[in-house]
Amino acid sequence: MPRTVRDVVFVDGVRTPFGKAGPKGIYHETRADDLIVKAIRELLRRNPALDPAKIDEVAVAATTQIGDQGLTIGRTAGILAGLPQSVPGYSIDRMCAGALTAVTTTAGSIAFGAYDAVIAGGVEHMGRHPMGEGVDPNPRFVSEKLVDESALFMGMTAENLHDRYPSITKQRADEYAVRSQEKAAKAYANGKIQQDLVPISVRRTNEEAGETGWGLATQDEPMRPGTTLENLSGLKTPFRTHGRVTAGNAAGLNDGATASIIASEDFARENGLPVKMRLVSYSFAGVEPEVMGYGPIPATEKALAQAGLSISDIGLFEINEAFAVQVLAFLEHYGIADDDARVNQYGGAIAFGHPLASSGVRLMTQLARQFEEQPEVRYGLTTMCVGFGMGATVIWENPHHKDAGGDK
Amino acid sequence: MSTTTTELLKGAAELFPDEVVTQAHVRHLDLPAGAGRFALITLDNGFDHTKPTTFGPGSLANLNAAIDQVEKEAAEGTIVGVGITGKPFIFAVGADLKGVEILKRHEDALAIGKGGHDVFKRLAGLAVPTFAYYNGAAMGGGVEVGLHCAYRTVSKALPAFSLPEVFLGLVPGWGGCTLLPNLIGADRAVSVIIENSLNQNKQLKGKQVFELGIADALFEGADFLEQSLVWTASVLNGTVKVERPEIDRGEGWDAAVARGLAIADSKVHGAAPAAYRALEIVAAAKDGDLQKGFDAEDKALADLIMGGELRSGIYAFNLVQKRGKRPAGAPDKNLARPVTKVGVVGAGLMASQLALLFLRRLEVPVVLTDIDQERVDKGVSYVHGEIDKLLLKGRVNQDKANRLKALVTGVLDKAEGFADADFIIEAVFEEIGVKQQVFAEVEAVAPAHAILATNTSSLSVTEMASKLKHPERVVGFHFFNPVAILPLLEIVRGEQTDDASLATAFGVAKKLKKTAVLVKDAPAFVVNRILTRFMGEIQNVIDEGTPVPVAEKAVEPLGLPMSPLVLLELVGPAIGLHVSETLNRAFPDRFTVSPNLKAVVEAGKRGFYVYDSGKPELDPEVAALLTQGDSVLTEEQVRARVLDAVAQEIGLMLDEGVVAEAQDVDLCLITGAGWPFHLGGITPYLDREGVSERVNGKRFLEQGLASVPA
Repeated sequence: MPRTVRDVVFVDGVRTPFGKAGPKGIYHETRADDLIVKAIRELLRRNPALDPAKIDEVAVAATTQIGDQGLTIGRTAGILAGLPQSVPGYSIDRMCAGALTAVTTTAGSIAFGAYDAVIAGGVEHMGRHPMGEGVDPNPRFVSEKLVDESALFMGMTAENLHDRYPSITKQRADEYAVRSQEKAAKAYANGKIQQDLVPISVRRTNEEAGETGWGLATQDEPMRPGTTLENLSGLKTPFRTHGRVTAGNAAGLNDGATASIIASEDFARENGLPVKMRLVSYSFAGVEPEVMGYGPIPATEKALAQAGLSISDIGLFEINEAFAVQVLAFLEHYGIADDDARVNQYGGAIAFGHPLASSGVRLMTQLARQFEEQPEVRYGLTTMCVGFGMGATVIWENPHHKDAGGDK
Repeated sequence: MSTTTTELLKGAAELFPDEVVTQAHVRHLDLPAGAGRFALITLDNGFDHTKPTTFGPGSLANLNAAIDQVEKEAAEGTIVGVGITGKPFIFAVGADLKGVEILKRHEDALAIGKGGHDVFKRLAGLAVPTFAYYNGAAMGGGVEVGLHCAYRTVSKALPAFSLPEVFLGLVPGWGGCTLLPNLIGADRAVSVIIENSLNQNKQLKGKQVFELGIADALFEGADFLEQSLVWTASVLNGTVKVERPEIDRGEGWDAAVARGLAIADSKVHGAAPAAYRALEIVAAAKDGDLQKGFDAEDKALADLIMGGELRSGIYAFNLVQKRGKRPAGAPDKNLARPVTKVGVVGAGLMASQLALLFLRRLEVPVVLTDIDQERVDKGVSYVHGEIDKLLLKGRVNQDKANRLKALVTGVLDKAEGFADADFIIEAVFEEIGVKQQVFAEVEAVAPAHAILATNTSSLSVTEMASKLKHPERVVGFHFFNPVAILPLLEIVRGEQTDDASLATAFGVAKKLKKTAVLVKDAPAFVVNRILTRFMGEIQNVIDEGTPVPVAEKAVEPLGLPMSPLVLLELVGPAIGLHVSETLNRAFPDRFTVSPNLKAVVEAGKRGFYVYDSGKPELDPEVAALLTQGDSVLTEEQVRARVLDAVAQEIGLMLDEGVVAEAQDVDLCLITGAGWPFHLGGITPYLDREGVSERVNGKRFLEQGLASVPA
């Protein structure tokens, strides 16, 4: 049977505001599945041209797939969101790159011809499901020294990455973090972020956490606008004495969900759906688990090679800021300045938060907005590091660029 | 004003220390689209949805305090609007009835009405727009608090919305009677306040609340509050304009009130005041003078709270909701044995109806037997036909229909059908010898543990069991016609019935969703005995010479669902005669067999009335059959005689231990004969009218139960 690979596009993406995990966080009494359900519903409301019956798949990522993140959440979320019962769904896990993998996996299926349009996203409620909940690592990891013991503790892997890049000091990491907060605050002030947020009703019954009753989450809770180097310099380094990684130069523990519509380009055009980004290539790579923050570098190498592009072709970067050091290692590797204007223009996870499996689609949603604003940029990439030593990179083309769709 | 309201509520709260107090949480939020800072009040009693939020005086005081706070913020300009919503699944279900039951003085009753008004109407007086978000069940005062707001949204997932006050014996008195017709017009208001309420407290769903115009916007349950707040922002920004249709304040309003009166007359026949009081206020609300309407509501509430009909209504409501679900005298439910297959002896209409009921509720194999294949086939095909009807109506889907049809079978050979049945019910001819024979045959083939149940309406369960090897497993299981509709199931304990069999019977009743009442094995059990005594006395006065219309009209003030002779027509004169003969044999001093009824039955007449003119008129052929004496009583005399007879009979039944308490008699009459809530069944009415005292020298119920406490 002759088969034609089809172009895949990012139609639209939304997310919930991100919350701080824990008893005082906005989502402490909100279920994880409700977060993803509401994100999916907003996506459908924003795109009335998409007939829900034509959705071929709902792929939802979560790292801890138990409780309200279990029960094949891609399927249950579809039903709860009011999608027709004929629309199937499944769950995905690649830890931090869950939503990114939901996008690439379904995108591959679209290119293959199995689907026309899908919903891909992720959710992580780290308050209800703390990192490491219910894990049971095989003892051979330690007994056979398959991985270093620090591999399971992300903060320790970040310290290890500082060791690998001695030039990346705590000072540089803190400076990066301050800039991330500044850029995020500016993006908020300019209304760049809010346009893709889904308001979420939040209930609180614990008086110690604040006003009780129903409220509404309309912005990211973790942001700390006005953060200064002085503020950060005094913070503890919980992963190593005299270490470099602090709560200030890393993403926090967060709750949130993201969802996107991914479709074949033909389907999007035929159905009058927006085309915000065109998928160029994607790649995953493994590295030593104890320096998992290095992962984006080999993943990006592979993705660039597949696309026949070089790093200089990339006009916009959305790099997940699990840790400042991990972004800085990437930039240092490619000889890009710490404060390069192409990188994380709206700020990143250090400011907004990083609800593990949901973050990939946040990067894409932000890159899509930047593409809209900057038609002179032809290519952008979204990349992130992944627990247990992986990296994930997706390269996108800006459909607003004059040469878009043509030869490279 | 606020201070006096506070004092008023404080006084009321002292009378009601057991109130489950609802909190009114105020939380601030930023509306979407930059519409500004908003105060959202959440009504929450701190329990989950199984204990719905209610309003007692302490709860109203909390809401009042919340309004104090938002009133100040609104005046200062720090908020752009105020919303009110409920905890998950529940908005608020109205006044706490326990707080109403304990009120003894008119002034305290007045305080409850005024307290609610004073708090709720402050919402309309705020300096910023107010919004109610009906997220879940909303009834009575819950509905009304929203009516005081400027705008309302409702969830598509809302399962129940009503103003049930008239059903209980009250008026929607915290603004409902006045505000609702002014919002949606008198005709729709009458549907909600009168028609639904008197139609077994019919509930509206979210979509209907929107379609009636009570809510301005309808949103799906999944993100109801979010979309309500987005909508609120649009209203405040001016991007959404709320338009409501003009209401008819002319003839349409009067016609609506007239329609309401006709509904009330057809349902309570003037016997209960609540609907009429509500309609008076709705009629007066035509001029749009809200405060005048609120004052009238206060007055009506206080009068009704101090009246017997409301107390009877609450009593009846509690009987059905509580006692009906936890039957008095039922053995430990852990003794019940599982029922995985049901046998039905007989395949006639009654047996087939029972088969259908067991099939639908238990979803286990049901096997019908009868004396020939033709009858068996007819029974099974009746059940299949009924399942097809359910399928057509969308009540079951095709898979469920297939499953149910496959579960029902018919066989001639009892041994084949009943060898593995756990519960076998007979619905054969009402004749003791026949029933004994049937049970003997069944016992020979059924497993040792199987329950043998009888649907007899008048025969002795003990006698039916007497010739069996295992009489301890026989129970009476007396349904009321129509079986699918009337909730009552009289469960009869024979002298030898054991606890496990009885517990199994109660377990089955619960699965059948029936209101089970434990009854001693006494002639005609409860409902038929009282109805027969009641009808017998009517017949006696007719036989003695009172004209039929006088006898019939005499009991109209009770507001029964139908007149005695219309009821007899429904039951069938022949069956009525049969039951009266049975009871006459048991109690010849009190139960007579009417020669006129006998004549009517012998003449083959099926009823007493002809309906040629549209109204019931005594059938001239029946009139010609009647032989009457010359003792003519007035309506009052007839009524006294009939009520005296009923009071005497119930007194004797309680002495005999037919049921545990008078409450069970009332529960039976409400759920098995449709006797009205405002009578509380019957014993509250007999107490209230002094009949119990006159006949038995004492009340049936202590003062305060179904009456104003002493």
